[in-house]
Amino acid sequence: MREMTYAQAINAALDRALGERAETLLYGEDVAKWGGIFGCTKGLATKYGDRVFDTPISESAILGSAVGAAMLGQRPIVEIMWIDFALVALDQLVNQAANVRYVSRGALTAPLTVRTQQGAMPGSCAQHSQNLEAFFAHTPGLVVGLPATAQDAHDMLLSAIWCDDPAIVIENRTLYFDRTEPVALDSPVAPVGGARVVREGADITVVTWSAMVRKALAAAESAASEGVDVEVIDLRWLRPLDMHTVLSSLAKTSRLMVVHEANRTGGFGAEIAARVAEDALDLLDAPVRRVAVPDSRIPAAPHLQQALIPTKEHIARELVMLGKF
Amino acid sequence: MTAIGVLSGVAAEPGLALRERHCRALQDLDLYEAMLAIRVFEERVRELRLDGDVVGSVHLEIGQEAIPVGALLALRPGDPVFSTYRGHGWALACGSPFAAVFGELLGRETGVNGGRGGSAYFSDVAHGFYGENSIVGAGAPIACGAALAAKRAKSGAAVLTVFGDGAMNQGSVSEALNFAAALKLPVIFLCENNRYSELTLLADVVPSDQLYERGGPYRIPGVRIDGNDARTVAAAVAEAADRARAGDGPSLIEAMTERIAGHYIGDHEQYRGPGELERICADEPLVRLARNLPTADLREVQGRVAHLMRRASTSALEADLADASAVRDHLYADGALYA
Repeated sequence: MREMTYAQAINAALDRALGERAETLLYGEDVAKWGGIFGCTKGLATKYGDRVFDTPISESAILGSAVGAAMLGQRPIVEIMWIDFALVALDQLVNQAANVRYVSRGALTAPLTVRTQQGAMPGSCAQHSQNLEAFFAHTPGLVVGLPATAQDAHDMLLSAIWCDDPAIVIENRTLYFDRTEPVALDSPVAPVGGARVVREGADITVVTWSAMVRKALAAAESAASEGVDVEVIDLRWLRPLDMHTVLSSLAKTSRLMVVHEANRTGGFGAEIAARVAEDALDLLDAPVRRVAVPDSRIPAAPHLQQALIPTKEHIARELVMLGKF
Repeated sequence: MTAIGVLSGVAAEPGLALRERHCRALQDLDLYEAMLAIRVFEERVRELRLDGDVVGSVHLEIGQEAIPVGALLALRPGDPVFSTYRGHGWALACGSPFAAVFGELLGRETGVNGGRGGSAYFSDVAHGFYGENSIVGAGAPIACGAALAAKRAKSGAAVLTVFGDGAMNQGSVSEALNFAAALKLPVIFLCENNRYSELTLLADVVPSDQLYERGGPYRIPGVRIDGNDARTVAAAVAEAADRARAGDGPSLIEAMTERIAGHYIGDHEQYRGPGELERICADEPLVRLARNLPTADLREVQGRVAHLMRRASTSALEADLADASAVRDHLYADGALYA
């Protein structure tokens, strides 16, 4: 185990992938010479030479070339600096990468990995603060994961790279440097998928992911002091989706809250709620509660952001209310 | 040997065997036969579409056959080809069996993609045909990636991506031109300029219709050629492929041609000027080449091609429809995770 930040854990995973798999390539904007604007790719160009390179600011070329290189046996890992930038080249992920295996009945595949990051931070403008995971989770053919810890930032990235399908790993910028955690670096690479119960409790199941996991855990502690015992599930992957863990938890708690930083309408929380309604309505003793951004654009000013994005206090309040239902 | 062959070990059904002929002296009659095969294939597709056996949007290559035939004569086995939705002729030129392409359009299990691609989005990787694309211009960045892989693997492959004049106005193509030039990728950008971007005259939406000049700012050699002459196309593609294989980077070829069919089957072509189609038909690739060939030879080739296409389309029609119980297969490597 080594103490490292989420960003350092990503760097270690990339180092391992480049070291162990000769068919990997790493490229994107500013990733080689300067090691990425968040430092996640630092030192890798020096170590791996021309397998790590800088590209023009051309998201279609970055993602499209990743599709083509993957079709011909490479395993490209590309960085889209901000998830908002993926929108200018969504074609290459949704119309292209996601179709390769299906349409060719497996004669062609596109095992590429996209690393990107999202989330609001104080001052980040409306074009650098969106949470767009539901766009990608809506696309069969893609694998979508959102790591919440340094260990998962490492492990899930490796799982995505090892996976034979196009995968997008959505990191969260607020997690990169804010603390260090002990990270195991040499475990076997797990297949993609699998949620994790990160706090056990008897009264409410909270399903959440990415930066909201920590907020939900903190809120659960507050709720505990008011007598509400909360179980928290870090969903980790939206595709493949582990509903088994969610339903097992609900069988115990009978109450469901979904917490995400994305907008409420059409957010992935709606999918969780719908699946529970379809498959396990009889488990519920209370209406499902969604805690999310209440459908808004995201302003830059910190106090304005705070008025929209679920806080620990906000989640805790909702938990106590749901606990008393 | 004729342009049509049975590719041993790949398919039992006849297809065009152009790549294998790359170093041989070419007879005009062989070129005629290859282009005629695409023409007659497309005409049969039109009948099947109008009869309702084939459904959906169908974009025919009629009038543009010299470009895929010329290009594939200049390429080698192992050179990946990426085309557009006007791609039946490109697949055939790559060597896809006629019956398997008919089968694809007819939704048959025997189709190259078992009916999942349809007319506008199928691939046949066994023949180096990495696929059509129904998003205008999207194939260019993908071809750059294939070229990146070829360069890394030192495979010596040259990658060809073909698109229409309309695609030159897509951002993805501009990005691909710069990306390929900056990374010196072994890719050939081949623009089939039939003067119409779908239903709109190219000249109406660009400041200059000299598209080959757009290579200049990226330091990509650009050339405009007569796309209705297969030998001219073959020479230009061979030169570009040599440049790619030598490590000298991408090339841009603008092949001037004319679309005799509309943009799609059902296009009423009201945008045509008076006498335009007659002028085009007087100089289309088959008419042009036939002028200097003996009538008896032409008749023989025409008879053989007609027979092969009848046989191929009949066998496709008689094949089973693709298996609907497998419709969610191949979404992922391990589908059980996503059930």
